[in-house]
Amino acid sequence: MRHLLSISDLSKSQAVSILDTATELARVSDGAVKKLPTLRGRTIVNLFAEDSTRTRISFEAAAKRLSADVINFSAKGSSLSKGESLKDTALTLQAMGADAVVIRHSASGAPARLANSSWMNGSVINAGDGTHEHPSQALLDAFTIRKHLGKGAPDLVGIRVAIVGDVLHSRVARSNVLLLTLLGAHVTLVAPPTLLPVGVESWPVTISYDLDSVIGLVDVVMMLRVQQERMSDLFFPNAREYSRYFGLNSDRLKLMSPHSIVMHPGPMNRGLEIAAEVADSARSVIVEQVANGVSVRMAILYILLTGQPLEAGSK
Amino acid sequence: MNSQRYLLKNASLPDGTVSDVLIADGVIASISSAISDPDATLIDVKGSVVLPGLVDLHTHLRQPGREDAETVLSGSRSGAKGGFTALSAMANTSPVADNAGVVEQVFRLGQEAGLLDVFPIGAVTQGLAGVALSEIGAMADSIARVRVFSDDGNCVFDPMVMRRALEYIKKFDGVIAQHAQEPRLTVGSQMNEGEVSAVLGLKGWPAIAEEAIIARDVLLVDHVKSRLHICHVTTAGGVEIIRWAKARGINVTAEVTPHHLLLTDELARSYDPIFKVNPPLRSEKDVMALREALADGTIDIVATDHAPHTMESKECEWQEASFGMLGLETALSIVQKTMVDTKLMNWAQVAERLSTAPARIGGYSQQGRNLAIGSSANLAIINPNSSWIVDRDLVASKSRNTPFHGYELPGVVTHTFFNGVATLMDGALVQVSEGR
Repeated sequence: MRHLLSISDLSKSQAVSILDTATELARVSDGAVKKLPTLRGRTIVNLFAEDSTRTRISFEAAAKRLSADVINFSAKGSSLSKGESLKDTALTLQAMGADAVVIRHSASGAPARLANSSWMNGSVINAGDGTHEHPSQALLDAFTIRKHLGKGAPDLVGIRVAIVGDVLHSRVARSNVLLLTLLGAHVTLVAPPTLLPVGVESWPVTISYDLDSVIGLVDVVMMLRVQQERMSDLFFPNAREYSRYFGLNSDRLKLMSPHSIVMHPGPMNRGLEIAAEVADSARSVIVEQVANGVSVRMAILYILLTGQPLEAGSK
Repeated sequence: MNSQRYLLKNASLPDGTVSDVLIADGVIASISSAISDPDATLIDVKGSVVLPGLVDLHTHLRQPGREDAETVLSGSRSGAKGGFTALSAMANTSPVADNAGVVEQVFRLGQEAGLLDVFPIGAVTQGLAGVALSEIGAMADSIARVRVFSDDGNCVFDPMVMRRALEYIKKFDGVIAQHAQEPRLTVGSQMNEGEVSAVLGLKGWPAIAEEAIIARDVLLVDHVKSRLHICHVTTAGGVEIIRWAKARGINVTAEVTPHHLLLTDELARSYDPIFKVNPPLRSEKDVMALREALADGTIDIVATDHAPHTMESKECEWQEASFGMLGLETALSIVQKTMVDTKLMNWAQVAERLSTAPARIGGYSQQGRNLAIGSSANLAIINPNSSWIVDRDLVASKSRNTPFHGYELPGVVTHTFFNGVATLMDGALVQVSEGR
């Protein structure tokens, strides 16, 4: 495995080994000394051509805990915002000797362009590209689900997950559909018909337009962020109506199974897709997702840059 | 007139007969078996098919404005290499060909290049903006004698503007070539809307956006009794509407590009914008419907939509890249691969779809003539039993954006004659004049 561009590049065993490696690395993070020397002398560039504080910080923390040198390259003030081409940026990073590039970009497929061109030969890690995928988010979500509901199994067979909201524009949803179904979970997409892509019929999921009929039947409710710019583009009449039908409020929280959990990739629109009392409730694992993100991203960097997973019990 | 004489020995004509063909004084001087002419350059074309010179109704030559991507001369060379003896230069240049000055400039550049006929297409509306009619009459009366009008790249979306344009061109038997794309349904669209776009997260260009405009315009043209041509049809649904319209006797013609006869939206999975084109590559089902429609005549012609772009317009993110691909040098091979080798069409039908019919639609009277004694010697010769590997570094176009790089294609265009002058000999371009 050289790049992580899409979950569709992973086999089930590769996905499981990332989660297992993350479990091992999480033990390190819980210890007194949080650092491993594994990537000492390696250079990782965070190329963020689109704003994303949390994902960038998460990757930065992960790289630093593995002792890598981290260069942050963000859109504001960078050459990308001055109209430098992706190609020239890649050639520059290559010249600087980047071993891996973590890229966030507003264009779907930009990481694939970097990886498949001859512009640079480091590893490329997709940290979210347009409305395509966000594989590290899906891996941390799967990690979180497995930790809570996995009962010691390596995969997610039999676990039922509802992904609720703007599937059409969501890279988180696309990666999660691929990964969760790869790991054996049953996924239901819940959204207004306007926010599901044409072609979704071919996905290995169940489709529902009715959150109330789904919410009591699943183990995980994963809420998606509704972007502000969708409000004016006729996807739904207004924010209140969206919230009424597709928001996770305290009434709907009561319909959920006793063991079930609430997830959100952040940042949340409190009061729109998720009520504050739900986000802060005991069922919410949203803050934990952030913590798990660091371990999972450590695992991704570890495997891509060392070429092997971390075996249980080793140091 | 050119005094060079050529004797083509053992030529397979489009109807399947084998004969010798003598070219002299710019015309076909003789067609019969066993001609001998000691003054003529002898070319044995045994096994090759001699077609009337190909006529493209949809070419982007980029001049004036984007001479870094293509010029009239480089596009003419690319055309000659592909077997073309006439091109139709689309109006979306900079400045736009919406007045007599620009179309006359392009026409003159074509004559200076001297490799084939360059027929300028005039813009329907000023600046391609879709609001006010361009000086259609002045362009028709100019030395370029423009008969085809198109805002290609932009759809003439306003139904009243389209109606007026269709009516106005009746004065001189013109034709409106419509780029059928409902703009509101395709804001920011990147590729065919379907299973592949759903997975890739690229904004979809739905088939309905093409079909809705075709449906509207065949009804409009029927109402005002004018002449409509639909550019680059890509969808099975669009084909159905045109078939229906023709059955009703509506005066509509249609074109398909070579790339839409072969490639599908699956190629977008690479995110390589070399496959980004407007209208977009569609599904396998659409490709098959287009082939069937071209074979049965529902689609009248093949037109290349040759769209040269500089490297930097394609070496970038998909959504930043320009739409379009090269087409002139691979067109005939793609047609052989998709239509002839599949037994959907014979060479006589190829001659009709790539030469006779486009010349008729464009009103190019000296082009697209059947091979007959006295006709202008505009000819393309293809060896259908040979194959070649497309190499983007070897194209005659100034740009390299062919989607077929590395493809092995059947059919090698060996010779092109323009008014009796060889512009391509044994696969090599002939320097005809000092163009600029």
